Amino acid sequence: MMEKHFNILSKSIVKSLKDGEHISLSFGGENSQYIRVNNAKIRQTGLVDESDLGFDFIHNNRRVTSSISISGNLDDDLSNVLNEVNRLRDEATQLPEDPYIVMPESDAKSAEKNEGKLLDIAKAADALLPAMQGVDFTGIWSSGKIFAGSANSAGGKHWFETKTFSMDYSLITPSDKMVKATFAGSKWNQADYENYVKDSVSKLEIMNRKPLKIKPGEYRTFIASAGVADILSMFSWGGVGEASIQQGENALGKMRHEGATLSPLFNLSEDFSDGLVPRFNGMGEIAPEKIELIKNGQLINTLISSRTAKEYGLESNFAGEGEGLRSPVMGTGDLDENDVLKSLGTGVYLSNLHYLNWSDMIGGRITGMTRYACFWVESGEIVAPIENMRFDDSLYNFLGENLEAVTSVALVNPDVGTYGGRELSATTCPGILLKAFALTL
Amino acid sequence: MNLQSLLAKIDVSADWVGLRYVRENTTFRLVRDKKPEANDRESKEGIMVEVLVDGQFAYYGTTKMDAKSVQAAAERAVVIAKATSQYSIYSFTDKARPVAKGSYQSPFQKELMSPKDLNNLLVKATERLKVSDKIVTTNAMARIVETDSHYVSSNGSDVEQSFLMVSADYAVVAQDGSVTQKRTDGGLLAKSYQTGMEVFDEASILKRCEKIGNEAIELLTAEECPTGSTNLVLAPDQMMLQIHESVGHPLEIDRILGDERNYAGSSFVKLGDFGKLQYGSKLMNITFDPTVEGEFASYAFDDGGDKAKKEFIIKDGILERGLGGAESRERSGLKGVANFRASSFNRAPIDRMANLNLEAGESGFNDIISSVEKGVYMTSNRSWSIDDYRNKFQFGCEYGKLIENGKLTKTVKNPNYRSITNPFWNSLKMVGNTDTFEVYGTPFCGKGEPNQTIRVGHASPTCLFENIEVFGGA
Repeated sequence: MMEKHFNILSKSIVKSLKDGEHISLSFGGENSQYIRVNNAKIRQTGLVDESDLGFDFIHNNRRVTSSISISGNLDDDLSNVLNEVNRLRDEATQLPEDPYIVMPESDAKSAEKNEGKLLDIAKAADALLPAMQGVDFTGIWSSGKIFAGSANSAGGKHWFETKTFSMDYSLITPSDKMVKATFAGSKWNQADYENYVKDSVSKLEIMNRKPLKIKPGEYRTFIASAGVADILSMFSWGGVGEASIQQGENALGKMRHEGATLSPLFNLSEDFSDGLVPRFNGMGEIAPEKIELIKNGQLINTLISSRTAKEYGLESNFAGEGEGLRSPVMGTGDLDENDVLKSLGTGVYLSNLHYLNWSDMIGGRITGMTRYACFWVESGEIVAPIENMRFDDSLYNFLGENLEAVTSVALVNPDVGTYGGRELSATTCPGILLKAFALTL
Repeated sequence: MNLQSLLAKIDVSADWVGLRYVRENTTFRLVRDKKPEANDRESKEGIMVEVLVDGQFAYYGTTKMDAKSVQAAAERAVVIAKATSQYSIYSFTDKARPVAKGSYQSPFQKELMSPKDLNNLLVKATERLKVSDKIVTTNAMARIVETDSHYVSSNGSDVEQSFLMVSADYAVVAQDGSVTQKRTDGGLLAKSYQTGMEVFDEASILKRCEKIGNEAIELLTAEECPTGSTNLVLAPDQMMLQIHESVGHPLEIDRILGDERNYAGSSFVKLGDFGKLQYGSKLMNITFDPTVEGEFASYAFDDGGDKAKKEFIIKDGILERGLGGAESRERSGLKGVANFRASSFNRAPIDRMANLNLEAGESGFNDIISSVEKGVYMTSNRSWSIDDYRNKFQFGCEYGKLIENGKLTKTVKNPNYRSITNPFWNSLKMVGNTDTFEVYGTPFCGKGEPNQTIRVGHASPTCLFENIEVFGGA
């Protein structure tokens, strides 16, 4: 239904354009149910039904962008979007010339609809809550349809629609030790959910052991896939984006300008082959299915938007305007999951990390915290959970000469973020074994 | 839109119904190196329908605002509330939505500035920022938010609030060989206020831009910040972040009650700590105050209808009161504040810190510096990270100065410090007077499931802390 609505709106907008005017339109929205759980009880619950339309308007080498809420009432929306085009038309006359404007040129078309099997909103609580009783279960249930569309004045048109759910949760012991898990998918299966929760509850047992407080210092460390996903998220912030390298605010500048390398075991790609996220960007441009970014520790490609390509005389690989990773995949290695503790020997096992930030972006140094199931390991055996520790280390160390091994299986870590609406993306990555990792506080 | 009329037409079986309409226009303009990089406006408009049934609140946030859609939204919210009430964490009554009537308008002198005039000013700012060929990137940005909200409820609330908020920043990246440094106007968008376009005073902005450019050049040849335990003097534009992360978040009662444990985290503070915990030294006085004129998160009522007023949160170092709205106060039995706030029509209100300020003390800036034999002065936040219980933090600043024998001496680059919240605030040795007091804010405080970004304001004088671990860059 929303696809039809978008088609009518976009056709009317394109038809209203005057000579020399160009436009790219992006549509997005969700019909979602949210249930917030604290200690296996419901704290807040509700539904969100919203959509908006984004405009990227170009005339006379001036560019102005906007977005407006879409009500679903066709008459109102038609009037609102045409008024918005008039507002953009007027504003464009007041702006300075933009030398890096890229005209919409792609007339590519695509449509993808993933039908799911979701819980009925009135039955969700009865399906979800009983399995979590008897344990301090805290988290968020998100479920529903997400849709995204794109159209432009060159004739391009794309539609993507999917139904998904996720239960992102923490299990917490009386001494505040935690295990993190996310049950996500598009086809609900009650038995699978209950088994998944049971399995994560069983992992909580070890967290009841008395936690150890370890001293700051460098430790042999294993970081599990979820923690690696947090590290990889930093590559979207002053990392693999070409504009940030050109403009001097970038942690990988040393790789571009000074010949620095990471470990030959480290491989990172933008890879859309799993179909979780749409390949088209806000301008309707379709990215290659796979772009190798760091290969055997060498920076061989960056994410380049068409605007950046025009400014710096490069070839676009149709990244989004922010040049962040939309579907990151890290290459696997040869460390069998069953051998992780044995290979670690004595050191720390970190399941998750928390609140990462660049402590020195140019130096590639990242600080953050350990969180959830993090253990002290001796001679390949888990001894006890550790008190949370702060780390502060350069990726040129821990993804460089200190990267000893990479596990052989990459896990899919869904992005359950909901700041601008429910996210679709995921980070696919293995775990990493480090010779040393700096814990500082 | 006649919200009272919409409310009157809703026909559902509920103990309470509320409507909260929000319309928000966010205009963002960015000029990089004299060229327009962004001229954008995001307009959001919608309604949150909220019902209370069998002790459980349920909401429906929607962009569909006709009477038929609002009725359908209320019916769906009732279905949800009924289906979930047997699992409620707390059985609420409409006491959690106190009756409120009133209005609010942000203070401003000049409401509008044309796209042309603002772009021209930002272009001039980037010209002035480029004080040397070693300045490789210049940015000038302005973010203007106009928000109208209207809240009505079946128990008689009717509150209309209009906000005009402006954030601006001017920044450079300087490079010399392998050395790169960034300087901004007090930290990214830290100059965030409820104000009008009068903040875009050209003479003041161009003067600041020249200083920003010159300080970035100065940092290129500066020594690294030394490593060790020393006296630390923090400027108000860093105190903002310090208060936000290590006082505001740990005192949000919903965190203490465990709501945020799967996302933003919990708190080292326990329910039993209120009235007892020596949070900081006796010089520490923290107030929650949404009534400060022009501070970024001022308002007359929160989104649950609680009337805003100034409250002491920490007095003479002792923790007095938590940051919790009506729902958290009922659940915890603690005293709280009017801070039950939502980011928009599509999110339910939760406990947010709004304006949280450190009250001025008695020491002048020169008194503070001259009292220090050896130490580091740091200004303008650039890096922030703290654990999920709000204990172990590490913060970095853009610009530092050594303090030697009571005087500010050499500039140092990459100044960082780390500590633990309680011992840190108990090491507060001097608090600056009103001459050192400055007001800041940020539009980007993230919290909640589903996630919400909201504005907060923080004001502080310059402060001295003793025996803090400081260090430099990679």
